[in-house]
Amino acid sequence: MSVPCARVTAEKETTTNTMPKFSRSNRKLIGVLLLVFLGTLLTACYPDNPQSTFDATGPVARSQLTLFWIIFWAAAFVFVLVEGILVYTIIRYRAKPGDPDPHQTHGNTRLEIGWTVLPAVILIAVAIPTVFTIFDNANSPDPDGGLQVDVLAAQWWWEFTYRDPADSTKDLITANELHIPVDEVININLDSKDVLHSFWIPKIAGKVDVIPNNKNHLWIMGQEIGEFLGQCAEFCGVAHALMRFRVIVESQAEFDAWLESEKQNAIEPIDPLAMQGKAIFEGNQAQCWACHTVKGSQKARGQVGPDLTHVGRRTHIAAGIRENTQQNLRDWITDPDTVKPGNIMATQAQVYNDPNSKLSDAQISALVRYLQGLK
Amino acid sequence: MTTLSIPLPKRPTHPTGVWDWVTTIDHKKIGILYGVTAFIMFVTGGIEALVMRAQLASPEAALVSPEVFNQLFTMHATTMIFLGVMPMGAAFFNYIIPLQIGARDVAFPRLNAFSFWTFLAGALILKLSWFMGGAPNAGWFGYAPITGLAYNPGHGIDFWVLSLQVLGIASLAAAFNFVVTIINMRAPGMTLMRMPLFTWMTLITAFLIILAFPVITVALIELLFDRFYETNFFVTTAGANPLLWQHLFWIFGHPEVYILILPAMGIVSEILPTFAKKPLFGYPVIVLSGIIIGFLGWMVWSHHMFTVGLGPVANSVFAITTMAIAVPTGIKIFSWIATMWGGSLIFKTPMLFSIGFIALFIVGGLSGVMHSSAASDAQQQDTYFVVAHLHYVLFGGAIFAIFGGIYYWFPKMFGRFLNERMGQINFWLMFIGMNLTFFPMHFLGLDGMPRRIYTYAEGMGWDFWNIISTVGSFTLALGILVFIVNFIKSVRSGEIAGADPWDGRTLEWSIPSPPPVYNFAQIPIVHDRDAWWAQKREGIPAVPVAGSSEDEHDIHLPQASYWPLVTSIGLFIGAYGLLFTIDIAGISRVPVVAVIGGAITMVGIVAWALEPVNEPDESPEHY
Repeated sequence: MSVPCARVTAEKETTTNTMPKFSRSNRKLIGVLLLVFLGTLLTACYPDNPQSTFDATGPVARSQLTLFWIIFWAAAFVFVLVEGILVYTIIRYRAKPGDPDPHQTHGNTRLEIGWTVLPAVILIAVAIPTVFTIFDNANSPDPDGGLQVDVLAAQWWWEFTYRDPADSTKDLITANELHIPVDEVININLDSKDVLHSFWIPKIAGKVDVIPNNKNHLWIMGQEIGEFLGQCAEFCGVAHALMRFRVIVESQAEFDAWLESEKQNAIEPIDPLAMQGKAIFEGNQAQCWACHTVKGSQKARGQVGPDLTHVGRRTHIAAGIRENTQQNLRDWITDPDTVKPGNIMATQAQVYNDPNSKLSDAQISALVRYLQGLK
Repeated sequence: MTTLSIPLPKRPTHPTGVWDWVTTIDHKKIGILYGVTAFIMFVTGGIEALVMRAQLASPEAALVSPEVFNQLFTMHATTMIFLGVMPMGAAFFNYIIPLQIGARDVAFPRLNAFSFWTFLAGALILKLSWFMGGAPNAGWFGYAPITGLAYNPGHGIDFWVLSLQVLGIASLAAAFNFVVTIINMRAPGMTLMRMPLFTWMTLITAFLIILAFPVITVALIELLFDRFYETNFFVTTAGANPLLWQHLFWIFGHPEVYILILPAMGIVSEILPTFAKKPLFGYPVIVLSGIIIGFLGWMVWSHHMFTVGLGPVANSVFAITTMAIAVPTGIKIFSWIATMWGGSLIFKTPMLFSIGFIALFIVGGLSGVMHSSAASDAQQQDTYFVVAHLHYVLFGGAIFAIFGGIYYWFPKMFGRFLNERMGQINFWLMFIGMNLTFFPMHFLGLDGMPRRIYTYAEGMGWDFWNIISTVGSFTLALGILVFIVNFIKSVRSGEIAGADPWDGRTLEWSIPSPPPVYNFAQIPIVHDRDAWWAQKREGIPAVPVAGSSEDEHDIHLPQASYWPLVTSIGLFIGAYGLLFTIDIAGISRVPVVAVIGGAITMVGIVAWALEPVNEPDESPEHY
């Protein structure tokens, strides 16, 4: 009879029953399976993929990756150990015909204390670097200095404002392509125009959510010159999948030159088609000016959509989802809802909703020429 | 007291047929109703998942529109959590708990029927939204402010809110019922520490439901007021802080995870000892671990919010509390393995699913520990890595245990076995399919694929593992198809199972299969944790020989009733009715239909209150 909480002498039990009768081939098989599994695990990490977190190039992403590997190996150890014991148990103790009832073991205090303490120790080992990394990543090494960039997320694009430390009228507003100098601390202030978003550059820094009425901050640093992909990581509506951006890490000199030229007014078009395009842009049929700013234009001062002063220079359009080619720009202007479903230009601008305002192919050609000229 | 003389319609007295099922208050029939309904819902949620997997099989696919895709993932998760896994757990609570504790029914049989019909009402409100202008599209978590009118003018979110409210009523009613049943209706001698583990986990789950659902109810009422009556709880343009929703949601949402998994752990803790022919190893510690998990479950909600900017102190605290949950969970896993250690293991289908549960839950648990490390989680949050994690826990965990439970208790419910050969095929298809579907998602997440995207560009390096995952999902579906065929065939013509087909250990195996309406001819007297095993092996009589002292024709059972159903129908009409308003006599937007629904509910409740538990004169269900 078994009495609740009684401890039948299980220690004896475990020592007498554990002589493994595993055949050599079984043991080999399990070993091979585990190796294949771990091998798959490791080869499946592709640092070359554009958003792979295994190719960390900044201190924030790198510390997150280091922490990941610490936990991964702890987890892999536990995985192999526990799954190994499980597989061993089900092979070793399968019923054989004529088996009597096994000994009715109810517990083993020492064993139970052991498997309470061991995981606790592993977890403490994981918790310590976790807490250190949390604080390191939360606190910018240079919170007031460095480059300050305001990120304003909107359905479904990003506005970047480079704050001029001396004169706020000289702030630079741009969109969807974040240029930063290499090896510098960049302090980023996050805000949202509408719903929740999340700012994420997998190779440079883990994500921080963008929440209206809740300003968030993060710091990043790029340590490798190049182009890195970012993507919104919090569900934000119909075209959430298409809310992407690029981070261009460049040398300090290149960055300074970029910043200076971005601050300049737009180039005035000189060829007739582009001039016609500008007229359409600032005209009352298309009314592009109502939502977009082009610096230097008297009319185009809109604040709703991205600043287009130097849109011709950007490598991509529509928040990083299409290369900035003539054809893609044409497709975008012709039918924005197909390129990015639900975007407010397509759903709210009169030009796309009132048949009388619809642009002709020729008008679109002119607009494309004008926008491409905005270098 | 004077007798009230309100004329009530006669009690339903249909021993068989549709009316019997509609008015039944027999916990076993209600359990079957729950199980079948939940399984149908589970299949619809599965179809939603398959459409998503088909869309994601290749980059830039256009099988469904982005809007439909967003509805699909919202409906998939809401369905699986509230209409699939939770009520499948409820099916087992209903059918098994009274049998395990030696009772003839639950404490409040009519309330039990009400829980089921109200659950069905909530399920219909949610699923019918597909045909009523569009399903909800903001995720099962419904983060503000995208659920607000400004960003979501359609009715999808309204259906979602109303459905969850109605489902909450069903869950709360059921939870109170099971707390009272388990505490008060145990057979003599069944102390708390002699309760079967499944009963224990059900008790903890019921307490979690009672404490968690009021929180989501409050959040949903606020959202409902925002949408229907222009309040500003979550309207950011009026200054609201949308984090309020996230806190409320996850204070409910994390205990909800344990509401889903604890019954599964209970099921596995019943199956393993039976097929190992050994008692559960470390029973008191497993019970304690369940209780600790229940408590800790309230202290970890912010790990769903590691990236919202709560600051390093909060993130550190929640990282550590989350890691702490791994300790009691680990204890359970080790105890299950130790239960098998030294046993005589028989690999029938229920056992395969239980071992599968352990193997897969370990993976889900370990990836959970990875997430708990807040700093490194910043790379994993809202990526496919989380999708992999949660499916290892909820599919590899909860669903595998539920399938194990179905194979295990099916002979008790229907007196027949599910076909064992098909069962084995079913298990292996699901096991392989599950790993093919969800393991690659770990790689996808770490390679930077966010969740909830309806498409992805070429050249991201995500193509290969996505197609593998899609192949896996259809393998999984094939496994479930095999189960459906097996179920339909076996219900009619499966091999006859006796009262105790698995050489069980607990009281439900001491009575015939399927059990008579009254369950136990005589209430057993419990002397041991594994009461039935002790009687069989050691001759300690728990179950008095039938008919020895108590004549079974004297057993009084509660009788069928229309009123739980009427009350639920009123709730269904009332909830839907909030969407239909008209202007009457200068008062704008009067919800006339809702008022009618409310009136029906009130009539149901009053009639229910006036109806005696048993008609004293006529007693058709005397045995």
